[in-house]
Amino acid sequence: MKVIFKTSYDNDIDLHEDGWARGRIALLVVVMAALPFLVGEYYLAEAANTLIWSLAGMGLMVLVGHTGQASLGHAAFLAIGAYTDVALMNIGVPWIISFPLAGLATGLFGALVAIPAVRMSGIYLAIATLALFVIVEEMVILLEPITGGVGGLMAPSIEIFGVNFDRYTNLNNFYWLCLAVVVAVTWLYANLLRSPTGRSFLAVRDSEVSARALGINITRTRALAFGLSCGMTGLAGSLLGHYIAYFNYELFSVFISINLLLVVTIGGLGFIQGAFMGAILITAVPQLIAILRGTVNDLTGIDLSVLPGLDTLIFSAILIGFIIYEPAGLWGRWLKTRVWFQLFPLARRDMFRRQKSYLKTERQR
Amino acid sequence: MSLLEVEDLAIHFGGVKAVDGVSFAVEAGEVFSIIGPNGAGKSTIFNLISRLYKPTRGKIMFDGRDITPLQAHEIAPLGLARTFQNIELFDHSTVLDNLLMGRHTHRSTNWVQDMLFVPAVRRAERAHRRKVEDVIEFLELEAYRDKLIAGLPYGVRKVVEIGRALAVGPKLILLDEPASGLSVEESQEVAYWIEDMRRDMGLTVLMVEHDMSLVTQVSDRVLAVANGQPLAQGSPAEVQSDPRVMAAYLGTEVYT
Amino acid sequence: MELIQLVIGGVASGCIYGLVALGFVLIYKATEGVNFAQGDMMMLGAFVALGLVNSDYGALAFVPGVILAAAIMGGVGYGIDRLVVRQIIGQPQFALVILTIALGFVLRFAAGTIWGFSPLVLETPFAGQHMEIAGIIIGYEDMVTIIVTALLTLLLWVFFGFTRIGLAAQAASQNQMAAYIVGVPVHRINSLIWGLSGVVSTIAGVLYASKGAIDPNIGLLGIKAFAAAVIGGFGSLPGALLGGILIGVVEPVAARYLPGGISQMSPYIIMLAVLVTRPNGLFAQIYAKKV
Repeated sequence: MKVIFKTSYDNDIDLHEDGWARGRIALLVVVMAALPFLVGEYYLAEAANTLIWSLAGMGLMVLVGHTGQASLGHAAFLAIGAYTDVALMNIGVPWIISFPLAGLATGLFGALVAIPAVRMSGIYLAIATLALFVIVEEMVILLEPITGGVGGLMAPSIEIFGVNFDRYTNLNNFYWLCLAVVVAVTWLYANLLRSPTGRSFLAVRDSEVSARALGINITRTRALAFGLSCGMTGLAGSLLGHYIAYFNYELFSVFISINLLLVVTIGGLGFIQGAFMGAILITAVPQLIAILRGTVNDLTGIDLSVLPGLDTLIFSAILIGFIIYEPAGLWGRWLKTRVWFQLFPLARRDMFRRQKSYLKTERQR
Repeated sequence: MSLLEVEDLAIHFGGVKAVDGVSFAVEAGEVFSIIGPNGAGKSTIFNLISRLYKPTRGKIMFDGRDITPLQAHEIAPLGLARTFQNIELFDHSTVLDNLLMGRHTHRSTNWVQDMLFVPAVRRAERAHRRKVEDVIEFLELEAYRDKLIAGLPYGVRKVVEIGRALAVGPKLILLDEPASGLSVEESQEVAYWIEDMRRDMGLTVLMVEHDMSLVTQVSDRVLAVANGQPLAQGSPAEVQSDPRVMAAYLGTEVYT
Repeated sequence: MELIQLVIGGVASGCIYGLVALGFVLIYKATEGVNFAQGDMMMLGAFVALGLVNSDYGALAFVPGVILAAAIMGGVGYGIDRLVVRQIIGQPQFALVILTIALGFVLRFAAGTIWGFSPLVLETPFAGQHMEIAGIIIGYEDMVTIIVTALLTLLLWVFFGFTRIGLAAQAASQNQMAAYIVGVPVHRINSLIWGLSGVVSTIAGVLYASKGAIDPNIGLLGIKAFAAAVIGGFGSLPGALLGGILIGVVEPVAARYLPGGISQMSPYIIMLAVLVTRPNGLFAQIYAKKV
């Protein structure tokens, strides 16, 4: 087992525990940056899709994983991001400005919505976000001049200082653009978590009363978390718009909200890495199902495509399995596996046994 | 002028008068204890002072300022920290992070600076860490620094709870049953810490406690309450020998 | 006159929202969990009834068919709790939300695989008949819906207020540990409540199916029923019903008199308004946590 000898408080303040960890992350970024030279166009597009999902996943992770608030309507914020970006570009604003503005607008909208919403707790907030989603969806249809209504609209191609980043004509560039955005947001997010702001999020999540007793303004902290979450999701939405290129309100269905929840829960609540693990899973599983379907068809002649909704069934089964057997998600599983190897052969079977717990009500009557 | 003055404090939940007309004053630098049988309203007084409950009537003055109209999160910045009877720690964080969360009122950076992690944030973090290390050293928590709360034994959590309140850097610390559930040795340790807090750190301590030996050992003055009403106030020996207090503990009615 | 007509139709569809909302509230009252698959349980209940009653499937008589369907769905509800939900006791409330959403998809897949995704019509003895009172036309299905809902609500109220199991369920919801110690079989009670909510949603499903065609996606109605439960305060059985009726009435009235799109949004706008002004619903039963 690796032992780190800490010589200064900076060891704890830094993002990575030592040079090795820093090197691993750097290597990962380099490999990701070199991906266009390693894989074909199809898989590169999928990789860009995964990056966008990771970004949206991080957005939801701030809320669900780090402030303990549930949202069942995050697709609404993807939509707001996408439509704001395209609307601004359509009136001639260059992408480099419209993109951050889209994030900002979504974040502001989220924070404004959050101020009444954060007074509600737990389940009520989840329901309110679901209602908000339905309202946003209807608004998108009603605001036809901006959103193209039911017919939808075309996302203009991205150009920065004369360089084209169109998803179809210059996929490599588009991929690098997504990667740059994701790396930047991840860095900001990681910084947030090691700073007082991030700690106040965790405090609000774990014990509201003591957070208040320590001087943390619950309403403001939650609204900030909501705003940041929506901002990140808005950025993801805007990239998603460009990725899909031609979209209408159906792109942002309630299923997208649920897939996003899947990303954060299966990935591992409370870990940035979890958002990435979840995003990889959610983009990889449909591919695997397609391959599986082909194999089954070849081997047995049974055509599984007559069962529509098989994808959702498999997703649901995975989700149920994780919630029951591994609530810490893929990343939590990995951490446990790592400890097992580090301690080998001393790890005991019961080491990660969950404490038996009972439901305790928060109601007084 | 007293550091904390409570005047005619009352809170009624429906028809239940949980606290009814309690007044007392805590002088700077003293250890003041509130005792009373279960359900006497001791913790409710604490929740009123830390503004988690809104009083039905009465006034709370802290450091010359009326804190009755303030909200719960506006109390800690004035220099008033508290612990909870049933341990309210942040279970999924380490001991170190729990203590750092206690430094919230001293934060000097905003969320934009935090996200960019500008040099000021690092400087502030180092300063917070130094303060927190003082607390860790004082309470001898070194061995648990990087441990998650969720896996710690009860006694240690109780100490971390005190540590988090100390990290706030308060003038007045409210300890809600600091020795409940602790062994004799552990509560003796708590007694030493309370004495050190007063002597070395110049803190004022307001405590709710059942353990009479701890109360007698550290308190300058004691207030006894029963059924939400004050019974007696004075030195530990005076209060303990008061017939009304004895009656309240033995459960008989007092006729005066 | 037209308004009265709209209101009567609205009350009838509101009763269906209300019944699904009752299912939510039942489970919430007993286990403090929220079952997001409630709408899909209603859908499945309707399909099971259809499978038993329709002439090209089971071809049973209507009333025994519906009773059998309710019994089957009671078993499904019991089984879901016994086999799945019980596994996650003690995890945050949020876990149950996600779990039941996933369960909803599973139920939808099951119904789609068995009965297909194209709309089907349940054969009812009262289809297409109506009566006329003072110029107002009332369909038999609306009458039946309103009467059945009223009876069912009364029964449930008696159950929770006066029967042993009902009282035990209330005790279990407030402190499982304490209820367990005083001898309440908490686990079994929870499963029974899930079963009961399966029965209620089957009845809602049958009433829904009596008004038109059904397909596996009608479970999405659950979201609206949810809004009804929230408006009613989530812990209150009559509240849920009133919330449902309110939504049921507002929807057609808004569609008739207000600009397009408002009608679809109206349940959620009402719900948000209620949540903002009274964060715990109109008939609040939830108080702050004690420290």
